[in-house]
Amino acid sequence: METVRFSTIDARSAQYWVLLGLLAFGALVGYLAAHHMDVEGHHITGMNNQIVWGFPHVVAVFLIVAASGALNVASISSVFGKIDYKPLARLSALLAIALLVGGLIILVLDLGRPDRLIVAMTVYNFKSIFAWNIFLYVGFIFITAVYLWMMMERKMNRFTRSAGFAAFIWRLILTTGTGSIFGFLVARQAYDAAIMAPLFIIMSFSFGLAVFILVLQASYAWTRRQLGDAIMDKLRVLLGIFIAAVFYFVLVYHLTNLYATEHHGVERFILVDGGIYTFLFWVAQIFIGSVVPLALIFVKPLNQSRHMISLAALLVIAGGLAQLYVIIIGGQAYPLVLFPGMEESSSFFDGVVGQYAPSIFEILLGVGGVCVALIIVTVGIAILEFLPESLSDKALRLDPVTS
Amino acid sequence: MACSVLLSGAVSGGPEDIPPPKGVYSEDTLCVEPVEVMRRQHFDYILDHRDRTVVEGIRTKQYSLIGCIDCHITPNAQGEYARYSQDTHFCASCHLFTAVNIDCFQCHADRPEEAIRKAQEPDVKAQQSVPELHETLQFSTITFDR
Amino acid sequence: MSTEPVMRYTLDITEDISVERRNFTQGIAALAGLTLAPGVFLYCAAEAKPDDQAVSSQQRWGMLVNTNNCQEDCDACVSACNEENGLWSLGRPATDAQWIRKLNVKDRQTGHVTSMPMMCQHCEHPPCVDVCPTGASFRRVDGIVLVNKHTCIGCRYCMMACPYKARSFIHEPLQDQLPHSPRGKGCVESCTLCVHKVDRGDNNTACAEACAKEGHQALLFGDLNDPESEISKRLEQFGGTQIRADLGLNTGVRYQGI
Ligand code: SF4
Ligand code: SF4
Repeated sequence: METVRFSTIDARSAQYWVLLGLLAFGALVGYLAAHHMDVEGHHITGMNNQIVWGFPHVVAVFLIVAASGALNVASISSVFGKIDYKPLARLSALLAIALLVGGLIILVLDLGRPDRLIVAMTVYNFKSIFAWNIFLYVGFIFITAVYLWMMMERKMNRFTRSAGFAAFIWRLILTTGTGSIFGFLVARQAYDAAIMAPLFIIMSFSFGLAVFILVLQASYAWTRRQLGDAIMDKLRVLLGIFIAAVFYFVLVYHLTNLYATEHHGVERFILVDGGIYTFLFWVAQIFIGSVVPLALIFVKPLNQSRHMISLAALLVIAGGLAQLYVIIIGGQAYPLVLFPGMEESSSFFDGVVGQYAPSIFEILLGVGGVCVALIIVTVGIAILEFLPESLSDKALRLDPVTS
Repeated sequence: MACSVLLSGAVSGGPEDIPPPKGVYSEDTLCVEPVEVMRRQHFDYILDHRDRTVVEGIRTKQYSLIGCIDCHITPNAQGEYARYSQDTHFCASCHLFTAVNIDCFQCHADRPEEAIRKAQEPDVKAQQSVPELHETLQFSTITFDR
Repeated sequence: MSTEPVMRYTLDITEDISVERRNFTQGIAALAGLTLAPGVFLYCAAEAKPDDQAVSSQQRWGMLVNTNNCQEDCDACVSACNEENGLWSLGRPATDAQWIRKLNVKDRQTGHVTSMPMMCQHCEHPPCVDVCPTGASFRRVDGIVLVNKHTCIGCRYCMMACPYKARSFIHEPLQDQLPHSPRGKGCVESCTLCVHKVDRGDNNTACAEACAKEGHQALLFGDLNDPESEISKRLEQFGGTQIRADLGLNTGVRYQGI
C-alpha cells in the first residue's frame, strides 16, 4: 500500500471557489437565523413548551451520529486490518471531525443562552449524560486529530493502529452517549428503552457511511481523480449491510415495545395514527430510507450503476433524518402519561398531541450546520493531503469487479 | 482609564436628572460599603450574594440587588421611574457610558416593585381562564391504551 | 492613560450583620408585640429563619392536594400564581409559561372527573436535576427544586426529563418582572414553591392562600419533616399518593382522592 500517493486538491479552480462561496453563504445565513432566534426568543420557531427540541436537534443529532459513523472506514482499516480501506482512512477521519463540529455548532446556537457557552464548558454536573457528552465530543475531536496525525506523519505511522483503536472505542462510547440522551428519559414513553443506545450505534454506521460515500464521490468527480469500481463496490456492500442492520434494530425496538403493554399507546401513535409521524416512519424511514436503498444496492441490474450508489446514499440520509424526526419530535408529540388509562385535559396541553412545524429559521440553522461541516472538508482537503491521487483499481491493486 | 471615567462621571454628579437615592444605609456609611468601594467593586458583592441567596436561601438585605434597586431607583420630579433602557436609570447611566454590558436586567426587575406594579396596572392582561382554554384545546384529545 | 492613582480595596464580604440584626429584631419585636432588650433574640416569636441563616435540611417543604375539595371550574390557584410571580400571558398558549395548571382527569369507564392543580412536584430525586448539564437545576436542601438562572444555558433537557411537564421555557424577552421573581428569555423555570414567601416566613404559598380564600381548602403547604405540622399529621392519618409513584421520585407534593 505504500505506493498510494496522497495530495492536496487544486484549490485554484473557479469551481472550487464557487463551492466554497456557496457553503460559506449557507453557513452565514444559518448563523443569522440563529442570531435572530436569539434576539427574538424561541417563540418565532416551531418549538414550544410541549415540543422543546425541534428541527435543529434532528439535524444536529444526525450530524453527530453520522460523525462517529464516518470514522468507520478508518477503523475498518486500522483496527480490523482491512488493508483495502486504508487509502480512505484519512478522509474518513477528517469527515468525522467536520460532521461533529457542524452538529455541535447547531446545538450550541440553539441554546436559550448561547452566550453562556462558557458556563457549559466549565461547570459540570457529572450525573448528567449531557455533560458527559460534552467531554465525549471534545475528546472525540482530539483523539481523531491525533489519529490523523499518526496516519499522516510517516514517523508516527507505527502508532496508527493504537490511535485508531482508541478512536474506535471512543466513538462507540460517544454514540452510546448520544443514544443515552434519549434512553435516560424514563418518563417519556417513546424513549424508555434500553435498545436506544445500540440502535444509535448501528444508525451511526449507516448514516456515516452514506455521507462518506457521497463526499468521496463528489470530491473525486469534481477533482477528476479516478475512483475505481472495486473500492466503490466494497463500500456499496458495506452500506447495504448497515442499512439492513438498522432495519433489524428498528424492528426489534418496535416489537419489544409492542410486547410491553404500557407502551402500546406510543406504538400505536407512531405506527398507526400519528399523522405526520406515522407517514414519516413508514414512507420516509422504512420505504425511502431502507427498502429502496436496499434494492438499489442488492438488486441487479440496479446495482451496476455508480449513480445508483449515490442515490442509495442520499436516500439513506433522507431516511435517517426522518428516523430522527420521528424519534425526537414524534417522541415528544406523544403526550406524557400522568394517569395511565385516564383521559387528561388541561390548559397546558395535557393529553393532547403536541403540535410542531419547523420554522424557516430552524431549517436555515440546520442547513448552516451542514455547510460548516462541508466547509471543513472542502478546506481540509485543499490544505492537507487527505485524498489519494487515484483510487482506481490499478492504483489500489484490487481485482476488478466481476459480478 | 475606566478609573477616571468612573470618578469624574459619577462623583461630579453625571447626568443631572438621575434622582438621588432614597436614603442612607446607616449612620456611618451612605451606601452599604464606602462609596468609593461600591463604585469599584459593587459587582463582587452582588455576585457573591447572588450565589448565597439562590443556593443557600440567605436573604440578607445588605448586598441584595433588590435592595440596591429599591434605594437607588427613585422617581423623578414627574413621579416616573427610569427603566434600565434609559440613561437616567442609576445603573444604566454608568454602564451605558462605560459600555460595560450587563445582563442582570434581562431577568431582574430594574425598578422597585411599586413602580412595576404601577406600570402593569392599566393593561394587566388577565390570563385566559382555564375553562375557556379547555374549549380551545379540546381539538385532539387522545386516549391511552392500557 | 489616566494619571489618577488607582485605588484598590480588599474585598471583605462579611456582611454588616449588626445593621441586619437590628432590623430583624425590630421586625420580630413588632411582629410579636414584645419589647426586647437590645441583643436579646426571641426566635420562637416568629417562624421565619433569620435572614443571614442558610436553609437547612431539617425542613422538607411540601404540599398536600386534596382533590375532593378541588373544584373543576375554579382556577384561583393558577391566577394567584400568575399574579404572585408576574407570569403575564403573552397570548400564546403554546409558549406561555405556566407554573401551575389545572388538570382534569376523566375515568373513561365511569366518566368520573377528578380535578387538581399540577405543578412541579419538588421531587426528592428530581430527574430534571440529574440531567441538567450545568447543575443549574438544583434541589435546595430544604427540598425546593429550583433553576439557578445564572447558570442555565437553556438546553431544555430538564423539560424532556420532567415526568410532570412542570417546566416552561421562556420563549421571548420579558420586561417588568417582579423583584422577587426574576425570570427572562432563554432560561427554564418552574414552580418555586413560592420560595421567596417561604424564606420570608409566610409558611404558605400563593396558590394555597388563594384556594383557602375561595373556601375550598384543597391545598395545604407545610414541612413534611416536622411530625407536628398539619401536613404531616394529615398525611399520616389519611395518606397521600404520589403521581407516577412508579418512578420512585419521592415527590414533595402529594395528592388525596386520586
Ligand atoms: S416535578 Fe419535574 S421539575 Fe419538579 S422536581 Fe420533579 S422533575 Fe424536576
Ligand atoms: S435548560 Fe437550564 S436548567 Fe434545564 S437542563 Fe438545561 S441548563 Fe439545566
